[in-house]
Amino acid sequence: MTDVHAPHVDTHAHDGHEEHHGPTGLLKWLTTTDHKIIGLSYTVTAVIMLVIGGAFAELIRGQLMSPNGHLVSFAQYNELFTMHGSVMIYLFAGPFAFGALANIFVPIQIGAPDMAYPRLNALSYWLYLSGSITMLLGFFTAGGAANFGWVGYAPLSNSINTPGAGADLWIGGLLLTGFSAIFTGVNLVATIFYLRAPGMTMFRMPIFTWNMLVTGILILLAFPVLTAGLIMLYADRHFGTHIYSVAGGGVPVLWQHIFWFWGHPEVYILALPFFGMVTEIIAVFSRKPVFGYKGMIFATITIAALSLGVWAHHMFTTGVVLLPFFSIMSLLIAVPTGIKMFNWIGTMWRGEVWFSTAMLMALGFVTTFLVGGLTGIYLASPPLDFFTHDTYFVVAHFHSVVMALVFAGLGGLYYWGPKITGYLLNERLGKVQFWLLFIGTNLFTLPLYLLGLKGMARRMAVYPNAPQWQHLNQIASIGAFIIGLSTVMFVVNIVVSWKKYPAGDNPWDGHTLEWFTTSPPPHHNFYRLPQIRSERPTWDYNHPEHKALAHGHDVEEGAHA
Amino acid sequence: MKVETKLLMGLGVFFAAMCAVYWTWSLENAGGVMMFAAALLCFLPGSYYWWWSRRMKTRPEDSNTATREEGAGFVGAFPGSSIWPFTLGVGCFFTVLALVFGVWMLVPGLGLAGWAFIGGTSEGRRGGTK
Repeated sequence: MTDVHAPHVDTHAHDGHEEHHGPTGLLKWLTTTDHKIIGLSYTVTAVIMLVIGGAFAELIRGQLMSPNGHLVSFAQYNELFTMHGSVMIYLFAGPFAFGALANIFVPIQIGAPDMAYPRLNALSYWLYLSGSITMLLGFFTAGGAANFGWVGYAPLSNSINTPGAGADLWIGGLLLTGFSAIFTGVNLVATIFYLRAPGMTMFRMPIFTWNMLVTGILILLAFPVLTAGLIMLYADRHFGTHIYSVAGGGVPVLWQHIFWFWGHPEVYILALPFFGMVTEIIAVFSRKPVFGYKGMIFATITIAALSLGVWAHHMFTTGVVLLPFFSIMSLLIAVPTGIKMFNWIGTMWRGEVWFSTAMLMALGFVTTFLVGGLTGIYLASPPLDFFTHDTYFVVAHFHSVVMALVFAGLGGLYYWGPKITGYLLNERLGKVQFWLLFIGTNLFTLPLYLLGLKGMARRMAVYPNAPQWQHLNQIASIGAFIIGLSTVMFVVNIVVSWKKYPAGDNPWDGHTLEWFTTSPPPHHNFYRLPQIRSERPTWDYNHPEHKALAHGHDVEEGAHA
Repeated sequence: MKVETKLLMGLGVFFAAMCAVYWTWSLENAGGVMMFAAALLCFLPGSYYWWWSRRMKTRPEDSNTATREEGAGFVGAFPGSSIWPFTLGVGCFFTVLALVFGVWMLVPGLGLAGWAFIGGTSEGRRGGTK
């Protein structure tokens, strides 16, 4: 163990912190407990998962280019849409948010030397990696990978309807990644509660860190439910229990209750971190503090609280759920989400907006998420949901949401990448990537709404040979291919920019503590810390001519409020 | 510590109220139990923080006027590097694969996990690696 003391108070000297002399090379990666290296490992693994899940998507869209496509067989198509959803939700979006960027930046944003439990943090990563490998191993088994959809509904997922190792590997992979998420949730909450720097009160924490705290709590509430559900599913498949089968007196719809009690909070476990990233980006690139700082926090808490009471809006058509309760609760989520939209616009309002790639990505998030959010309000209404359930309208809705998160995640990489690597990415290529992604996303999602309203069911490898359906599918597929091209452009940008544009410590005139330390930060993060007087300590330090703001008011005014 | 307490207790109260409304209205047990458990999961740490927040001095990180000097000194002991999380991770990997490929995989799985538990605990008691 290394005894860590608080960073030196007043000097630029490096005393007060030990230099780290640990293993190097592969052994360093295997034995590290440094949250930044673990976070970087998460980042690389999650981006690989994004590429794998994206490749599955391109195959799906290739199959749907024509009504009777022959690119893949029906069985392969089932595996593809199952594993596309599974990889993107379980192995990319969540781990990228709370494993990668939160792991790296939450401790730094609050002035902590590391996560509260560094070895548990390392274990989280190894469980995530092994869970990812476990799930993907299904492709190498005789029966292929899991093929019952990413939701694994009973009784389709039982051992009679889905025999074989692929389904068991899917369950095993989810168990491992589930525990990984739970451990990360524990770490995030403990770190934020116990390792903040002096003066970093709860209501001075950056919005990203606040969102990660709420995400951590949601993880702890939701993931154990999924884990318990998966163990019961495995028991049904192999130990002769009948928890989800009518034959033995079980209740198949119980799986849906359990799955969605995890599944809908999971939507916000995925979304809240990206909301936080976007809030940081919009404030920094508008040259303004966050508009409605406390309102943003209360909106985040409200979204999280409501998210635990909306799960059965995924089950309206089962006929066994309380429609008014879940409809009202789901509609209510629009209120705090609307507050966030309002505050993002308020932050930009009369700001000196700098349209960097990160800012463009954040704006891409806002517009795309608006479409996904508004169509979510339609789906919260049972009569409309009955009409569109299991059609491409639902697929379009949640792809608008998750593509918005992709915008935000890429914005996060362009914004924070220089802090992690010490180098900027090429802005011109970044903007090309943004426009390709923006055009591709809209070409991809908008036709799917129309297809859904025309009645096209999801998860179908073929569809009726009607010209209009085919044209809309072709437009959507072209959109998906353009999204793929934008991903290639990102890789090109990384290669072209490799160690070419040194970033310095604070390339964006940032607000929060990560922009106070070096790029990349040293072992245990800081050589020194500034006095923390507001939610923008680095900006306060770099702009002493301005008074520190406490939630939009002067400190003096705030003291009288 | 007071804000942390309010956050957890507030969420617990909200979940408890939501549970009461849902359970009495729907008479559906699975959701009622899960919401009840969610409320308990908030009250458990929330009441711990509430108990402590009434008894401890204001921490520097809870004070708007805290100076950097107030936070000077020992923060905590952090492990420099450790092989045991990786060992435990591989052990868990094999253990889960045993669910699919056969119980023989429990031998390396539980073996590595047990070794990691002992090794990690010893490392902590020894003071760990720099």
